[in-house]
Amino acid sequence: MDVLSLFPAWLLEHGAAFAIVLPLLMGAITAILPSRTLAWWTAFIVTLVVTVTSFGLVLNMLSEGATIYSMGGWDPPHGISLVVDALSAPVLLLISAMAVLTVVYGMPATVAEVEPKKRAPFYAAFLICFAGLMGMVVTGDAFNVFVFLEVSSISTYALVAMGSARDRRALTASYNYLIMGSIGATFFVIGLGFLYMETGTLNMADMARILADLDGGSRVAKVAFGFIIVGLGLKLAMFPLHTWLPGAYAYAPSMMTIFLASTATKAALYLLLRFSFTIFDPSFDYVGVLMKYLLVGVGIVGMIFASLQAIFQTDVRRTLAFSSVAQVGYMLLGVGLATAAGLAAGYLHLLNHAIIKGGLFLALGAFWYRFGITRIDDFEGLSKTMPLTMAAFTVSALSLIGVPFTAGFVSKVNLATAAADKGWWWAVGVIVVTSVLAIIYMGRILLLAYFGDAPEIDGEKAKRNEAPLMMLVPMWVLAIMSIAIGSNIFNLGDNFVGAAEAAARLLLGGGA
Amino acid sequence: MSNPEQQSPDNMQDPHLILRIISKFLIPFIALFAFYVQFHGDFGPGGGFQAGVILAASVILYALIFGLDAAKKAFPPSWIRIGMTIGVLLYGGTGVLAWILGGEFLNYSVLAHDAAHGQHYGILAIELGVLTTVATVMVAIFYAFGSRQPDLQNEDW
Repeated sequence: MDVLSLFPAWLLEHGAAFAIVLPLLMGAITAILPSRTLAWWTAFIVTLVVTVTSFGLVLNMLSEGATIYSMGGWDPPHGISLVVDALSAPVLLLISAMAVLTVVYGMPATVAEVEPKKRAPFYAAFLICFAGLMGMVVTGDAFNVFVFLEVSSISTYALVAMGSARDRRALTASYNYLIMGSIGATFFVIGLGFLYMETGTLNMADMARILADLDGGSRVAKVAFGFIIVGLGLKLAMFPLHTWLPGAYAYAPSMMTIFLASTATKAALYLLLRFSFTIFDPSFDYVGVLMKYLLVGVGIVGMIFASLQAIFQTDVRRTLAFSSVAQVGYMLLGVGLATAAGLAAGYLHLLNHAIIKGGLFLALGAFWYRFGITRIDDFEGLSKTMPLTMAAFTVSALSLIGVPFTAGFVSKVNLATAAADKGWWWAVGVIVVTSVLAIIYMGRILLLAYFGDAPEIDGEKAKRNEAPLMMLVPMWVLAIMSIAIGSNIFNLGDNFVGAAEAAARLLLGGGA
Repeated sequence: MSNPEQQSPDNMQDPHLILRIISKFLIPFIALFAFYVQFHGDFGPGGGFQAGVILAASVILYALIFGLDAAKKAFPPSWIRIGMTIGVLLYGGTGVLAWILGGEFLNYSVLAHDAAHGQHYGILAIELGVLTTVATVMVAIFYAFGSRQPDLQNEDW
């Protein structure tokens, strides 16, 4: 409460809009900045200010409850509203905090990976992508979601393609992502069109009210729901629609991979929750059926298949990318359970996985930065040459597997408990089996790193060559976060679980 | 691109004489019509996006008739990035101004003493921003396709 009083009242009142407008406008200014260093400082300060704002919004939400901001002074349902509630506020904080960490990391990484004259536009596109993601999460207007989705996606395509200075395959990966992403966005907007046809409004709260009055609506609403789920499924890499993801993660500049892996799919998953629970309602028969059979089905299949695919990759970035697809499966399973415990577990895994996968990709970027390593075979002896980086990688890897006292354990146990409560013991079995698969694909990397000898370069043993401090700091912040959530240091674990439970209560209509 | 005929439009042998003279005559009116659409936007159909496209169309017509090099002299590519930025800043700046004057973001009512006048000024300012960005982006797309490098060779991969 006393922390909250430190925030200026204006920031708390207008923070929801401020968090989108600041990165958007500064992104435009960064595009014409003459100096690359200045562009980095702008990106750093903007993301830091937005993080502080998001933190204020979270505190404000906890003490005052949900707030609705009317854009341009036009009240909803006619104007565009921005909603900060128990569901959106934690994701806002997550996205902005990850943005700060990636920008800090990006100082050395972009120098190595992006052409000099493209670095200022790189940060400009990054800020615009960031603004788009924040907008997707905070907006209370369904069409506005599409606009921000496109803002973030289009800048992401450009950012992924900028990896071409390092690896030309980035161009095809980006093109692939562009085609798939555009199809996803098109499906989404077609769904919105049908939904508008059914309800005659674009405001989410108003849509929910009208759909509830219509008791789920006619076939138009059903078609709308189908289109929206497929569109969002493409964006969040739901199992059979994930084919764009491994390429985009593997060949993008490493700063962008970290940001994509920890925020973009999470924002899309947030939208899936928003649409299927607060606009539509699982009590409508078609929504309930689709969630129970489709989301759980593709979630389970994705968990198994993507984990198996991760085992057979030779490139570590692709291993981690397939592991991301598998982790999305866990979240979908949590969503599909549609109980308070299941939703809370899915939401918690959304937050935790962003922290875990962010940490892993950060460490991976550092390995590339020092030794140009991306293949698993090259990990041999890395614990001798880069011990601190490898230790952070190990902590995050253990967390991904779900070892006790780490973040991954908390969310997996919650998910398994939720599945068991519903009597879905087979789902508990799948969670255990895929965790074993995770031990295999992460374990073989760790085995090589710790039990291999450092390679010889020109007849000499490779010397210790630690990652620069600006890479180590964000990496260790995430690794320590992972442990803190798992072991409940600073009450971080309780806070995360509490946030997830509050979000689940809101989704099931019990109020924040 | 650098066809000798295109670089000497006054050449009497020019087979496109009629095209050149007619479009020289038309291009100023197309640009003027863009501004008509822009300022008519708050009374009827029209607005910044359409106006921007029409303005860009006048540049594109010029490039089609007189060649890309001449168009790049008339509308330098260096304007593009600046124009895109200025447009966004005009739009966003209107919102920021509304913030400074104590309203919500993009609440034009606070821009003037009378709320209706404020709405009027606000919409004109943001539409001008849209015009600037749309026109420059349209020209940017045309330049990007028009001055495309030859295809990648196999050994570049």
